[in-house]
Amino acid sequence: MLPGNRSCQGCGLSLAYRYLLKALRGNTILTIPASCLTVLHGLYPTTSVAIPCLNCTFPSTAASASGLVAGLNALNRTDITVVAVAGDGGTYDIGIQALSGAAERETDFIFVCYDNEAYMNTGTQRSSATPMGALTTTTPILTKQQKKKDMLKIMDAHDLPYLASASSAFPLDLYNKFVRAKRIKGTRYIQISAPCPPGWIYPPKDTVKIGRLSVETGIVVLFEIEDGKFRFTGRSKTLAEKGSRLPIINYLERQGRFRKMSIEQLTQLQKWVDLRWNEYLRRAA
Amino acid sequence: MSNVQIMTGNQAAAIGVKLSNVQVISAYPITPQTSLTEAISQFVEGGELKAEYIRVESEHSVLAVCISASAVGARVFTSTSSHGLLYMHEQLHWAAGSRLPIVMCCVNRGVGAPWSIFNDQQDSVAQRDTGWIQIYCRNNQEIIDTLIQAYRIAEAVYVPVMVCYDGFVLSHTMMPVEVPDADLVKDFLPPYKPHMILSPEDPRNINPVIFPWRRQDPEGVLRDGYMELRYKLQKATEGARDIIVATNRAYTEVFGRDHGGMLWTYRADDAEVILTAMGSLASEATVAADMLREREIKAGVVGIRVFRPFPKEEVREVFGNRCAIFVFEKDISYGYEGALCSDLKAAFYGTGSRAPIHNYIVGLGGRDVKARELAEATLSSLEAIASGTTEPETTWLNCDTYLPGSEVRGQGLGDRRQEEKCRINYSRSIKKNICCRGTGPARGVASP
Ligand SMILES: Cc1ncc(C[n+]2csc(CCOP(=O)(O)OP(=O)(O)O)c2C)c(N)n1
Ligand code: SF4
Ligand SMILES: [Mg+2]
Repeated sequence: MLPGNRSCQGCGLSLAYRYLLKALRGNTILTIPASCLTVLHGLYPTTSVAIPCLNCTFPSTAASASGLVAGLNALNRTDITVVAVAGDGGTYDIGIQALSGAAERETDFIFVCYDNEAYMNTGTQRSSATPMGALTTTTPILTKQQKKKDMLKIMDAHDLPYLASASSAFPLDLYNKFVRAKRIKGTRYIQISAPCPPGWIYPPKDTVKIGRLSVETGIVVLFEIEDGKFRFTGRSKTLAEKGSRLPIINYLERQGRFRKMSIEQLTQLQKWVDLRWNEYLRRAA
Repeated sequence: MSNVQIMTGNQAAAIGVKLSNVQVISAYPITPQTSLTEAISQFVEGGELKAEYIRVESEHSVLAVCISASAVGARVFTSTSSHGLLYMHEQLHWAAGSRLPIVMCCVNRGVGAPWSIFNDQQDSVAQRDTGWIQIYCRNNQEIIDTLIQAYRIAEAVYVPVMVCYDGFVLSHTMMPVEVPDADLVKDFLPPYKPHMILSPEDPRNINPVIFPWRRQDPEGVLRDGYMELRYKLQKATEGARDIIVATNRAYTEVFGRDHGGMLWTYRADDAEVILTAMGSLASEATVAADMLREREIKAGVVGIRVFRPFPKEEVREVFGNRCAIFVFEKDISYGYEGALCSDLKAAFYGTGSRAPIHNYIVGLGGRDVKARELAEATLSSLEAIASGTTEPETTWLNCDTYLPGSEVRGQGLGDRRQEEKCRINYSRSIKKNICCRGTGPARGVASP
């Protein structure tokens, strides 16, 4: 990534992107759909990323990656790692069909979902990754009424050789996951929680703080599953060992998007976070 | 040494793909295209064709695979029909905008709602403005030959090519086909040289966000804006005309078969009346022309082979000063008329041509249309023209056009007068001629 790009100040995506590209190093071809990442990559004829990249349509990221893999195989260039990077909208929603298909075909590529929990590029509309209780421009008064889709669970059901959950606030953990993923063959799925100041409504300087709180509260859990074996990683591992998670209110109260969340929603969300945490604990045991 | 085999249109297309040494194939099942993808699967799994075959989960993904594989430098193929093609719509634009020489077979089928698996050309005609070259084949020989030509055309102009042929009427009908010699095809078709670079050795961001205006690159060179890129696509597609003609000529020299460049004619030289159409309907029209000639009507046929780029100059030249022009087509631009008819009329504008043009919408959703009916339609139009109608309304042939609540019973099936006229107009010998014809689905009609 070259100095200077078009993302907002304090963009969690741009942090994560920097770390993951460093970990992947050269010999990589990227494909990206319409998203904030398209904007980050720059306007023709300039770009902020010195890695070959093929832009694809919004729904087709994983299929686009399949085509890259097929084309490279046909030309006997199997040394290149194909990496697809999409937002939550491009993964959980419009891209889920192509992603599920590519995973089932055991396509040899890394799919990265950076999760900023809404359609940010079009101005913060609700996606299926938006958490319950969040204000978006399409849930502007009542907040989102449903809980977030558990995409990691869906991808886990595809029985992948490697799956990981990371956060842009934990660079080393994220970096290690990409280094590990690059060495594995088959479909690898890495989901990165990427806080977004304008969408989540907090000051740009707090991106890392918000990201850390998401992990401290167990809203985001750092883990990896390799060949079916679940492992907590980084800060989540420590939390799991110590059993000292913070209540989610510590995370929610710092973001304007949750200002209309009801007490019932808060209780429900806390219950869901606890339930999932216990599920993870059982899997890790 | 000639190698003539009896085969369906889909088999002919599959062999064309094999002969073209395609490297990546992606496809999704849809009737009536399915047996083509099945035949290619046989070639790939049987080791006859060394290619990656990506069996994806939807047509949208099919074209995504083709776009990416073509972008890294592989020769790619896909095929689809009807709803599959419509589902690809976004990707059709993306492929053409990326200037990738993808070749696709569109096995023409009607579109829903309601479901129809039968043939018409609404599917591909509706994709006219996506930036693809469209070539319509009239028989199975033309399918195999056109497919091979399509790669040479696409890879010369960097515009994708859709090879269209009629579902069931060609796709599932056995015909003799001469299979071209593999070595000759290899010589005819040089390896694909990609024009874009997508490799770690020279990193580039392909198809990023582009602004309406032109912008400078870091070296200060002014680069294209969106409109310049679109203009280049338009010029490349227009310029494809010469390549299509030259490719057809070169093909004729090597393989001895001439399918026409942009269009073809039948008994047209001295014809006063021209019947025109695309695909197998145009070959049906040649039989109708023969019948009309027997009635001492100087009829001929112009088969439009290439619909995009539209053969404007050829059309102007070949239609010249005729007495009447009848456009038969298996599509409708709702709220207006058949798309081919509109395009033809536009091509004549400014030539001073005053020939009456009568548009017939036929065969939608597989409604049967026989040469006899095309001839009868021509006769009734000629009668109307003789009685002073210069611009008759679009006619839906073989269609009961009675609308509940309307007083007037329209043309077509329900029109008594027309039926009577046909009886008067036709001799026994013509009727006998008609009876020998008649095509139909050869194999089982599958579900949508
Ligand atoms: C088929 C299609 N529908 C809608 C859009 C408009 N669109 C472009 S980006 C975007 C939102 C992307 O959201 P997400 O994937 O979460 O990425 P983010 O912008 O949040 O980074 C939308 C809706 C599109 N480009 N294509
Ligand atoms: S909207 Fe959010 S994700 Fe998009 S560039 Fe800005 S900070 Fe980053
Ligand atoms: Mg998003």
